[in-house]
Amino acid sequence: MSAFFAQMRRDVRLAWRAGGIGVALGFFAAVAVLTPLGVGPDPALLVRIGGGVLWLAAMLAALLSLDTLFHADFEDGSLDLIALSSLPLELAALAKIAAHWLCTGLPLAVLALPAAAMFAFPLPAALMLAATLLIGTAAISALGACGAALTLSLRRGALLLPVIVLPLLAPAAIFGSAAVLAALDGVGSGAFLLLSAFSLVALAMSPFAAAAAIRVHLAE
Amino acid sequence: MSNSGKALVWLGAGAGLCLVAGLALGLSVPPDARQGDAVRIMFVHVPAAWTAMMAYGLIALCAVVTLVWRHPLADAAAKAAAPLGAVFTALGLVTGSIWGKPMWGAWWVWDARLTSFLLLFLIYLGLIALRHSLDGEARAARASAILALIGAADLPVVEFSVKWWSTLHQGSSLIRAGGPAMAPVYLWPLLSMALGYTLFFLWLWVWRIRIDLLVRSVRRGP
Amino acid sequence: MMTATLTASNLTCVRGGRRLFENLCFSVVGGGIMALTGPNGAGKTSLLRMLAGLLPPAAGDVRIAADGIVAEDAEDRAHLVGWLGCETALKPQLTLREQLGFFAGLYCACGAEQALERFDLTKTADLPARMLSAGQKRRASLARLMLMGRPVWLLDEPLVSLDEEGRGLTRRAIEAHCREGGLAVVAGHDPLELPCRHLHLEGA
Repeated sequence: MSAFFAQMRRDVRLAWRAGGIGVALGFFAAVAVLTPLGVGPDPALLVRIGGGVLWLAAMLAALLSLDTLFHADFEDGSLDLIALSSLPLELAALAKIAAHWLCTGLPLAVLALPAAAMFAFPLPAALMLAATLLIGTAAISALGACGAALTLSLRRGALLLPVIVLPLLAPAAIFGSAAVLAALDGVGSGAFLLLSAFSLVALAMSPFAAAAAIRVHLAE
Repeated sequence: MSNSGKALVWLGAGAGLCLVAGLALGLSVPPDARQGDAVRIMFVHVPAAWTAMMAYGLIALCAVVTLVWRHPLADAAAKAAAPLGAVFTALGLVTGSIWGKPMWGAWWVWDARLTSFLLLFLIYLGLIALRHSLDGEARAARASAILALIGAADLPVVEFSVKWWSTLHQGSSLIRAGGPAMAPVYLWPLLSMALGYTLFFLWLWVWRIRIDLLVRSVRRGP
Repeated sequence: MMTATLTASNLTCVRGGRRLFENLCFSVVGGGIMALTGPNGAGKTSLLRMLAGLLPPAAGDVRIAADGIVAEDAEDRAHLVGWLGCETALKPQLTLREQLGFFAGLYCACGAEQALERFDLTKTADLPARMLSAGQKRRASLARLMLMGRPVWLLDEPLVSLDEEGRGLTRRAIEAHCREGGLAVVAGHDPLELPCRHLHLEGA
């Protein structure tokens, strides 16, 4: 267990020092500010598109910082040492997913509250947006980690990653923005539960897929 | 002649026969009461979609064999099927769009079936892109297999989510409790075309596997 | 520490369609050192990766026995291997103390402070690793290797970019490790100057 937390703490620390968090948040903030400039300040329109736009922005922002998840450790030989450690590779992948979520998903969900205000969201819908991002970014980190592990030895991995991962993430975008729309209309919907289920399953399966992919790349 | 050579002849002949028969039947059936002549697009559209899905199923199956038994033939088969599946998916999208113009009055509507096919197409593209970027036969084989399986686990969810998202679409009219709802006049050309598409796919598939195995053996040297 | 034995039988390595070595058999017992030499591209690193279980061999197998346990498959072997690769595996943004602490946690080991001390790194332990020289990073990798407390050391070019003092430290560390029953396989061009057996890979 201590090995798991050692891995997680080191990745969080690394993301913090390398400034990856700032880049993802900056990207999200830029989209949140530029969209109203592009489509006009009409609150009725902004409220309709806000959930989808902010969800997409969060998704792309989270993917932006994913390509280094394993690639950097592969380049400098750290991944060999992680693979030979007492921590099973599956748990190491889970620790890295958790660290990525702490450094992108969590701050994005918090930043979503002021962003929602800029899209003229009422408070319940803004809270729902933050909640869906909190849950949904776990699926983004998990499936993104699979993509990052599959492309870890590639120099162009950063370009390939979204091509691989974005179509797989369609359900998260659908359920996430649908839950926000339902909250805006003040009606109940199963979207939030479906999103949670999707995240849970992604989180349960991804460490195995990512570890298998890492082994494939280490073995060449 | 080798076994696969014989299979190619039979597959090719069968595909040609079924496609010609299906097209002749499809063009001779009376126009539909509601859709008019546009109903004939179904005969080229629906089988393309079926074949595209079958291709992904075959790729997932090959992925399991690659990961568990590490058989190189399974990888050659998966590698050969991916671009074919993508082409059949694209064919399904294009014919669907052509069908959509007279039916819905637009080239594209965000209908559930079309949308999930667009996503299937993107997943195919990701698979092909990953395969092309990786060097090393074993690495490319196993990484593609892992991605194919992730996609296979994800696709039903994608399908469900898209259906859930858009309930615009008319339901499937062939497979329904109590037998097919389609008039038998339309059923025969459709089945003939479906068989033709499948055989055509298999014909191309066996060709591509043969070429791929040849390239591999040349690369490996005598 | 326990006595370890490393046995390789009929190892074959194929890289990019080329057969680098074939039917390689050797064994190293606790207290022994084997020096791995050969021209660039002869497969020294590949052999080390095979021994560690990171690279599956084209044919043959590797067995490590330690503490009465015989480990044959790669995952069991991983827990007995102390790895020193040719890259430093140090992050430029983190300090040495942080990184050794991380690896201590990852390998469920303790004694990061002693390891820093032993390799004369306490003064630089709180600087980000990007400020360190190549030799200092090399020393940090050695400190990490000691920290892991694994019986089988697989070292890829351990003497490269070290000064005389650093080389002496490295040699003494390998010696001490072997005295305690451990074993080491060392690849490299620099003469090890320790009593050892040699394995020369010719290359394809």
